[in-house]
Amino acid sequence: MQPAFSVIFLTTLIGMGQGLFLAIYTRQVYSVLNVVEASSTGEFYSLGSALALCLLILGLIASIFHLGRPERAWRAASMWRTSWLSREVIVLPTVMGLVFLYGLVHFMGWNVVLMTFGSIPIDLSMIIGALTTLAVFSLYIATGMIYACLKFLQEWHSPLTVINYLLLGSVSGFTLATLLASYQQPELVSFFSGWSIVLLVLAFIFRGASLIRNKRLRPKSTVQTAIGVRHNQIKQKSMGFMGGAMNTRDFFHGKTKFFLKSIKLLFIIMVFIVPMAILILALFKPSFMVLVVACASMFIGLLAERWYFFAEGNHPQNIYYQAIA
Amino acid sequence: MSQLALVIDLNVCVGCHACVTNCKEWNTSGSAGALSDDNPYSKDPTGTFFNRVQTYEVGTFPKTETVHFPKSCLHCEDPPCVPVCPTGASYKREEDGIVLVDYDKCIGCRYCSWACPYGAREIDEHQKVMKKCTLCVDRIYDENLPEAERKPACVLACPTSARLFGDVHDPDSEVSVAIREQGGYQLMPEWGTKPSNHYLPRRKNHVSYKKDELERVDNPLKKEDYQVDSTEPSLDDVTSW
Repeated sequence: MQPAFSVIFLTTLIGMGQGLFLAIYTRQVYSVLNVVEASSTGEFYSLGSALALCLLILGLIASIFHLGRPERAWRAASMWRTSWLSREVIVLPTVMGLVFLYGLVHFMGWNVVLMTFGSIPIDLSMIIGALTTLAVFSLYIATGMIYACLKFLQEWHSPLTVINYLLLGSVSGFTLATLLASYQQPELVSFFSGWSIVLLVLAFIFRGASLIRNKRLRPKSTVQTAIGVRHNQIKQKSMGFMGGAMNTRDFFHGKTKFFLKSIKLLFIIMVFIVPMAILILALFKPSFMVLVVACASMFIGLLAERWYFFAEGNHPQNIYYQAIA
Repeated sequence: MSQLALVIDLNVCVGCHACVTNCKEWNTSGSAGALSDDNPYSKDPTGTFFNRVQTYEVGTFPKTETVHFPKSCLHCEDPPCVPVCPTGASYKREEDGIVLVDYDKCIGCRYCSWACPYGAREIDEHQKVMKKCTLCVDRIYDENLPEAERKPACVLACPTSARLFGDVHDPDSEVSVAIREQGGYQLMPEWGTKPSNHYLPRRKNHVSYKKDELERVDNPLKKEDYQVDSTEPSLDDVTSW
């Protein structure tokens, strides 16, 4: 496929925003359950939510550039019974609204205790946070399923697609939370970097599994099934036109195999290796500037990863467009 | 329920592109607006088309055959492009099975074109909506036209009658009979889209005979022991009939 930068930015930005929310809420749950010392402040939570909301809004803005008729975008909420894209269109504003509420409750200090389980107080933000977490997971699933449900795009048609959207989004958010912690509450750095390392290892395993799976795929459609002629030697002599068309532009990346391999190597280094080294370092000696490098490397790497994900999708319609004259 | 569709005879198609031109002409002149082109007469021309004729070479030289292959939306019975549409702009008509796009609802997100394995959909770069073959839905029901002309533009244009149009759910229709009796098949059956359009394969007519069939066994001349002398003039040589 031809990667569209609007979609690359949409998926990476909202993935990171969702992950950042999951990170700060995980911290809150840990604090409430007294697993860690309840040192994080409402200010940290509200700042984190604000940052997450910014990322979600930026993602939404990026998605507008993908539409031919953005003024009709509201219509996209109508077919949620059948379309994963429609479901994403519904869940994304829901997540944004809930993240806003969660941050607002922390910021305004409206965090009243609603009930207690033994010695564990359940306050308003915990309830909103739980709902938001549910919405965030739904959004990851909806985003991943948009691609995973297309069965003839064999590279995408796998549970690994959804898992990778979930894990890569989460790990980028947790890494950003580490950076935020080092800026505001350095005592939280080891908590977030620890989680980030765990998620990064998981993401590496599953993204690697997807790369291996896709390398071994054999296309189900061939030129024989495409035109229905049973013969081993079939060559297209003409696609029927010499000018351009959407069919020749939208479905192939137009880059060399070497370029693709370079992008793959680039994202493996920038998403996994560089941040992993810095996150391990941050466990012992947290430094704001070095963590900025980790976040930047991971985000740029994720842009490359998403580009590669789209470029790797091999659309069967390309069989029909192999020879110009 | 009826299901209108095209049946394309690859044995007859000569690859003249008349269907392409007539399709473009009809669909660029309709009430839905032009099928836009850019730079049609200069460098890098590009445009929106609903129908193309492609050419394939089958075999290795000198044992090759040229197959001309017209390609348009197949109006699948289970169209993968329809359920993915977030707005409901892409739909399949209950009454005749035509897959259509409502140009007033389409947001131009291109998701349906990703979901079509055949590459049958094209975005109109000026109207910014997705377009595709409509089976000339604005022609086939037009009662102002003589009945013989209530057919898709491509079918009317074909000089060799390689394109048949009709209801593939009616077992007695011309298209159903053609599919049944001439080995009609579907494209990319592996995806379970059940295309309504069918293709009739290339076929060759062989006359097979045995040597004794060339000679008349009960030839009366043989009974009279009459030896045919090839040097003698035959009846044709001596009479003018």
